[in-house]
Amino acid sequence: MRGILATISPVYLWMVLFMVVPLGLILLISFLQRGVYGDVKFHFTLENYRALADPLYVQVFLTSVGIALGTTVSCLLLGYPFAYFVAGTEKKHHRLLLVLIIIPFWTNSLVRTYAWILLLRTEGLINTVLLQLGWIQEPLQMLYSYGAIFLGMTYTLFPFMILPLYSIIEKLDKSLLEASADLGATPLQTFLQVTLPLTLPGIVAGSLLVFIPSLGYFFIPDLMGGGKHMIIGNLIKNQFLASRNWPFGSAISIILILLTLLVVLAYLKLLGGDKDDMGVM
Amino acid sequence: MPKRKIFSKLYMVLIFALLYVPILVLIVFSFNTSKLNAVWTGFTLDWYRKLMGNRDILRAMGNSLQVAFLSTALSTMVGTLAAVGMYRYKFKGKAVLDNLLYIPMVIPEIVLGIALLMFFSRFRVPLGIRTLVIAHATFSIPFVFITVKSRMAGFDSAIEEAAMDLGASPLQTFLHVTLPVILPGVAAGALLSFTLSIDDVITSFFVTGPSTNTFPLQVYSMVKFGVSPEINALSTVMLVITITVALLGEKLKKE
Repeated sequence: MRGILATISPVYLWMVLFMVVPLGLILLISFLQRGVYGDVKFHFTLENYRALADPLYVQVFLTSVGIALGTTVSCLLLGYPFAYFVAGTEKKHHRLLLVLIIIPFWTNSLVRTYAWILLLRTEGLINTVLLQLGWIQEPLQMLYSYGAIFLGMTYTLFPFMILPLYSIIEKLDKSLLEASADLGATPLQTFLQVTLPLTLPGIVAGSLLVFIPSLGYFFIPDLMGGGKHMIIGNLIKNQFLASRNWPFGSAISIILILLTLLVVLAYLKLLGGDKDDMGVM
Repeated sequence: MPKRKIFSKLYMVLIFALLYVPILVLIVFSFNTSKLNAVWTGFTLDWYRKLMGNRDILRAMGNSLQVAFLSTALSTMVGTLAAVGMYRYKFKGKAVLDNLLYIPMVIPEIVLGIALLMFFSRFRVPLGIRTLVIAHATFSIPFVFITVKSRMAGFDSAIEEAAMDLGASPLQTFLHVTLPVILPGVAAGALLSFTLSIDDVITSFFVTGPSTNTFPLQVYSMVKFGVSPEINALSTVMLVITITVALLGEKLKKE
């Protein structure tokens, strides 16, 4: 009994005090009113949720989910063959290649976003090179567009897709693929009917790890979209800092949490996913 | 067949290039004399010298290191104890705790950031180093927990029982038997926690006070004002720190 107390109670207390209570506070405040000076008034209301139906906010949600889905799909399409090829190299190269994949994963996401700004801006490297080659007469406007946000998101979140994909493809039993080929399946048939179903958990785990954070990464639209385009993350940030409407910001966050829970539950229940696969490391 | 091999090699090279070229360009231009960045005009260490003379940046660096050390110490202790306890004991609410520990890993970071911001302001905790440490420990604990837990998976509990049978107290057993076995996992968890802390942008953005900047937040506010070789230099310093720590962690995990 004393052992349980000594080992378990610190983590229990910590997670309840600094996570459960604060999350409960979001839920509570999302049903309260905003005071005149940006404070919170203890008066029950559903107004914050009703306000979300405003076409302006619906638009932000749709844009957000659109960018998140697009990012997920492009990470998957670029990442699957990559993880597959890396797993197919000789065993002695695996460790080095894995470290090469992990390094960008540990590199600060803000720094990686900034790196692309250096390349894409009007006086940036790409424009300078193209101008000097004479391929273009005027610098291309590449930053501050949906395309730039999309690129920034894909680049930042790509490693989150690769790691679960790689770890599942690497464990794939190659004799199953040979058996399939021996039984007369074409490479495409083998891929669709053997490889793909067996690697599905990695695909889903990777997709979740890309999709969920991409809804909240407010600094990418801020820096690469020039603040013109908003995702849910920017909307929440603005409610807390610029307009100081905490109840409304809380309501948006609750919707974001529900959206996340929905996706994760679908993963765990419908696809029979394992929680441990989510912890990439 | 060789054709396919060539294609797969080319593809890997292309993706690695896409991953690394932007970072390399950033590093290279931190040594460039021109402030305009896009044309190479000559080698200099001026931007690094300028960093060293910039009080705000030095203070941000100090803050980040302080927060990283403190939050790592906290999350490593709490996370390791949790992994040991969860492995050793059966108790009521075990499943609940297991689920609780996954929440910070799956909810978008921004949610934890604003939740803690409201919590701190509700209970009048002034924002600063202290709140940063609490926030960073909160998102790091689950990662330490998982890292140590995976190390415990190969642990033979019979040696713990043997120690107890021979008269060791639970504390002695933990210190002399359990801890040495799981130590590489604990160290890897600590390094992971350190990199998570020193890299964090989103959660810190909300729980930091007006006068306590961190390293990444300093980069953020500078980038908002535009591109400058000083940011390149600052980013390069950050890159070197995190990559060193991360590689060390990888090495420990393999052992």
